[in-house]
Amino acid sequence: MVGAANGGVVAGARRAFRLLIVDDSNIMRRRIERSQQFDELEVVGSAANGVEALELFEKTDPDLVTMDLTMPRMDGIECIENLVRLKPDVRILVISALADKATAIDAMEKGANGFLNKPFTDRQLNDAIAELIRGA
Amino acid sequence: MLQEQELKTFVDGTTHYFEVAAQQPATVGSPYLVTDGNPSVHEYTGVINVSGRREGVVYFTAPKAMLTVLLMKMQENDFSHENMRDLVGEVANTISGNARRDFGNDFVISVPSVLTGERNDPPVIAGARSFVIPINWRSHSAKLVVALR
Repeated sequence: MVGAANGGVVAGARRAFRLLIVDDSNIMRRRIERSQQFDELEVVGSAANGVEALELFEKTDPDLVTMDLTMPRMDGIECIENLVRLKPDVRILVISALADKATAIDAMEKGANGFLNKPFTDRQLNDAIAELIRGA
Repeated sequence: MLQEQELKTFVDGTTHYFEVAAQQPATVGSPYLVTDGNPSVHEYTGVINVSGRREGVVYFTAPKAMLTVLLMKMQENDFSHENMRDLVGEVANTISGNARRDFGNDFVISVPSVLTGERNDPPVIAGARSFVIPINWRSHSAKLVVALR
């Protein structure tokens, strides 16, 4: 189920790292899913807001999460806090158009491990995910 | 009166999106001022509301044809109405993010909203003049409208 939100769980063989994509934009979710080029990465789900992300997180137990910040129902910062509480060693890459330093610092203090500004190139995304994997 | 630097922040946020997401830069046409009523809009419009030191709206409005090609350049093959809305919202989101970075707490910038249809004008507040900046990309033309007082 490529790029599906609303509780979409992606079927597939278990690999080394499990990735959950969280973004309220369908085209962003699909883009992130399409451009990841790591054999050791399996996309286990995608969510359109923080509430869906928490539900999927408990179902799929991901190791890595890409997280938008500005989303309806529950924003990314609150979601990060919840995810870190559930699984302290989860690695989270924030992918957001919010380009100010204060937002990035806030996200990192809540438990994010990296920050990528939108818009991004495939290379920037893959470099950021590679960095996330290296730290996992 | 709107400062040139303020205008530049909004324009840069818009052109940056094309440069990075589509890997093909957009060019900026000659800006003009609309003092009587709202500038016309295209099929899809991403709107951000601004308050604080300035008050009003900033919006990016684009025709469906431009958004379709932009989606293609992003390797997207779903050209649904929802994805068009999504895309124009993402452009507005980038404009908003740039403005928050450059203006800090002086401006309160809203989360973008999306309007569809060529007769669905964003509400421009009284006393705000609309600067219209044509954004040209490939053979298409969109508009960035900055209406702040």
